[in-house]
Amino acid sequence: MTALLSVKGLTASYGDGQVLSGVDFEVQRGGVTVLLGANGAGKTTTLRALCGMVRRSGDIVLDGAPIQNLSTEGVVRLGVAHVPDGRGTFAQLTVDENLQLGSITRRDRRGIGEDVERCFTYFPVLKERRGQQAGTLSGGEQQMLAVARALMLRPKLMLLDEPSFGLAPMIVKQIFAIFRTLSESTSVSMLIVEQNAALALELADHAYLLETGRVVFSGRPDDIRNDPTLRRSYLGY
Amino acid sequence: MTIERTTALVFLICALAVPAMISGFVTFQLTMLLIYAIAIMGLNLLTGFNGQFSLGHSAFYAIGAYTAAILMDQFGIGYIWTLPAAGLVCFAVGFLFGFPALRLEGTYLALATFGLAVATPQILKLTPLEHWTGGVQGVFVMKPNAPFGLPLTSDQWLYYLTLAAFVLLYVLAKNLVTSRTGRALLAIRENPIAAQSMGINVSLYKTLTFGVSAAYTGIAGALGAIVIQFVAPDSFGFMLSVTFLVGVVVGGIAWLPGAIIGAAFILFVPNFAEDISKGLSGAVYGIIMILLIYVMPSGAGGIVSSALRVLRSR
Amino acid sequence: MELLLQQILSGLATGTIYACMALAVVMIYQAIGHLNFAQGEMATFSTFVAWQLLAWGVPYWAAFVLTIALSFVAGVLIERVVFRPLHGAPALSHIVVFIALLAIFNNGAGFIWDFTIKSFPSPFGQTTMFGSMLNAHQAGMIVCTLVMLVLLYLFFSRTRLGLAMRAAAANPESARLVGIRVGWMIALGWGLASAIGAVAGMLIAPIIFLEPNMMLGVLLYGFAGAVLGGLTSPVGAVVGGLVVGVVENLAGTYVPVVGSELKLTIALSLIILVLIFKPSGLFGRAVAKRV
Repeated sequence: MTALLSVKGLTASYGDGQVLSGVDFEVQRGGVTVLLGANGAGKTTTLRALCGMVRRSGDIVLDGAPIQNLSTEGVVRLGVAHVPDGRGTFAQLTVDENLQLGSITRRDRRGIGEDVERCFTYFPVLKERRGQQAGTLSGGEQQMLAVARALMLRPKLMLLDEPSFGLAPMIVKQIFAIFRTLSESTSVSMLIVEQNAALALELADHAYLLETGRVVFSGRPDDIRNDPTLRRSYLGY
Repeated sequence: MTIERTTALVFLICALAVPAMISGFVTFQLTMLLIYAIAIMGLNLLTGFNGQFSLGHSAFYAIGAYTAAILMDQFGIGYIWTLPAAGLVCFAVGFLFGFPALRLEGTYLALATFGLAVATPQILKLTPLEHWTGGVQGVFVMKPNAPFGLPLTSDQWLYYLTLAAFVLLYVLAKNLVTSRTGRALLAIRENPIAAQSMGINVSLYKTLTFGVSAAYTGIAGALGAIVIQFVAPDSFGFMLSVTFLVGVVVGGIAWLPGAIIGAAFILFVPNFAEDISKGLSGAVYGIIMILLIYVMPSGAGGIVSSALRVLRSR
Repeated sequence: MELLLQQILSGLATGTIYACMALAVVMIYQAIGHLNFAQGEMATFSTFVAWQLLAWGVPYWAAFVLTIALSFVAGVLIERVVFRPLHGAPALSHIVVFIALLAIFNNGAGFIWDFTIKSFPSPFGQTTMFGSMLNAHQAGMIVCTLVMLVLLYLFFSRTRLGLAMRAAAANPESARLVGIRVGWMIALGWGLASAIGAVAGMLIAPIIFLEPNMMLGVLLYGFAGAVLGGLTSPVGAVVGGLVVGVVENLAGTYVPVVGSELKLTIALSLIILVLIFKPSGLFGRAVAKRV
């Protein structure tokens, strides 16, 4: 495998406060990478920095091209779909319109139609709700919509920020099963930020641990499971 | 503190000495400058210190001017007494207008006051009020002479009278904004909800500020009526409000001495704009306003305070 | 009774103009969260451009369409050149710049075409119809506005660009995350607002005569309509504008003195009353305040 995304010396700050101080990591082509860490470690900021949603510096290379100077729109147009924390659905627009917006940068009308149907096979409940305003959906349904909307971009890379946050365990299981299907049946790469480390490590092929804006550990999921200290801190057993 | 004191003293000496050296017309212009400065100071108390926007201060200026003119014309009251009268009337009107304004924030308040400014000339022309307001014709006012046989022309006397009013109102405003009340006003501007939870009576302070601000502008209006010797509805339109607002922005938000700089700007820049292009003065004025917002959004006050910081850090 | 009906109908006719101005104001308010105080002067300037084209012998409808196109481009340019650098600046900066634009357009129009009153032709004529309830121009105003509203509705509900504009207004951050160039959507909103204003100006000019200050009062009514409908709702803006038109006309007919002499004051009172008692308007959404 080769790296789809490679990040070197990424720093980011809000106002005067620096949140990331030189983060290095990679996401392999077709792979699933997970970022773990306590609250405030800089996980969400890392994702936001990749998309240019915060002031950042450092080298970010996607598919061989530097993207650290691109606007958010520019990064997205290169095939990076970000499912932000809080989901970022358009609450006043319908489910259908949300999906259409996911593919707004694409030109292939037929492909878009096919992808809508494909999303409905992943998330049948969205088909039932297609004419409803997104704001009227339940939390789980909104998360599904957010993921489906990201898929509508036909992304190379998906950035998933806490996809399990605030959801019932059943729904979380369902959503992660779909991530697994996606990862196995398509070429999409994923970078997941997750509090539920056990769940995320089952899916991941590589993990990074962040502490106060720095990468403190990098390895395979088994390395974490087999290291008593890390296991206790991050998996809790 | 010494820099400010010295500057104030130098300003006062120059202001006292200057009429002896200049022509009547320039004296008249300087008088207008001080009048505008009073109005701008009033608006700055509201917008700069308390964070309430007003595009409607032309209305308070008009009410002040008409109060003075009608009191002199219909009731034969001495011009000096019309100044506090105009202040009181405008305080009451502003205080009352402050109540609906309480419910409005930012852009909405700008909108409501914009409506007030646009509607004011029409109200002044209203037929049932014509007996007092003179309708479209307006009201003429006699120019007062210097009292007690002072060796001053009437222009010079009005200049000194206005200067006295300005200094008095400036000192009052200065004391107001450096007091507990002033800190409460700033707290309300920055975060009304937090201010409320600290026990500041936000409604009362906001309405009172509206009243005080209107009173300042009303006194300016009354002085304006006396100095120009004439009031008419169409001189108090929306553009006058705009002019005051520009004066505040140029002088600097929440910086009182900026009133003089702002007043000088609104008095002389239109002339300067007219020199650049005769028919296009309004457009040149507009372009200058836009450039100001880009280049020095905090106005002269911002420049002075950063200059002072540099001086003090040495 | 007949008088009442006639007053309501002609109120609706002028109401269409207020509706257009309200819609233009809402279009920009949704995009940047500020009220465009220069909307009226922009519309007046557009109308002068149309007048100039007509004076050069361009046929009416060609001039009409050309003016709309030019106004659209000008609106986009104003946003790109003047307002883009102000993104995120405080409300006061925006207000000052709007006022500056107002001065520039007002004075520019007066400088180029002078301040004398000009008559502006109507393509519909002045013959009365429906048993003298309406004249042809008033009917034409209603039809033109309806056509424009239908076109706008189709644009926003049926096209991908319209969808992208709605998304950018509703949630700019999420819109960026699906790759929408939000800055350009805002500029397009300005273009549309400017074009809608141009239509309003060209339709009202035959009734109130063309001069640089033509739209100041009309804009106040437009604001009243927009506020009445709720600043966040385009449909509300149109309904609000129509209601204001009817109220204005009825007050002018049935309320002695005050009704005819204080028309602007009526608009002002309406604005203040709505803002105080129902700040979200008839159709708007209340927005929760964050502490």
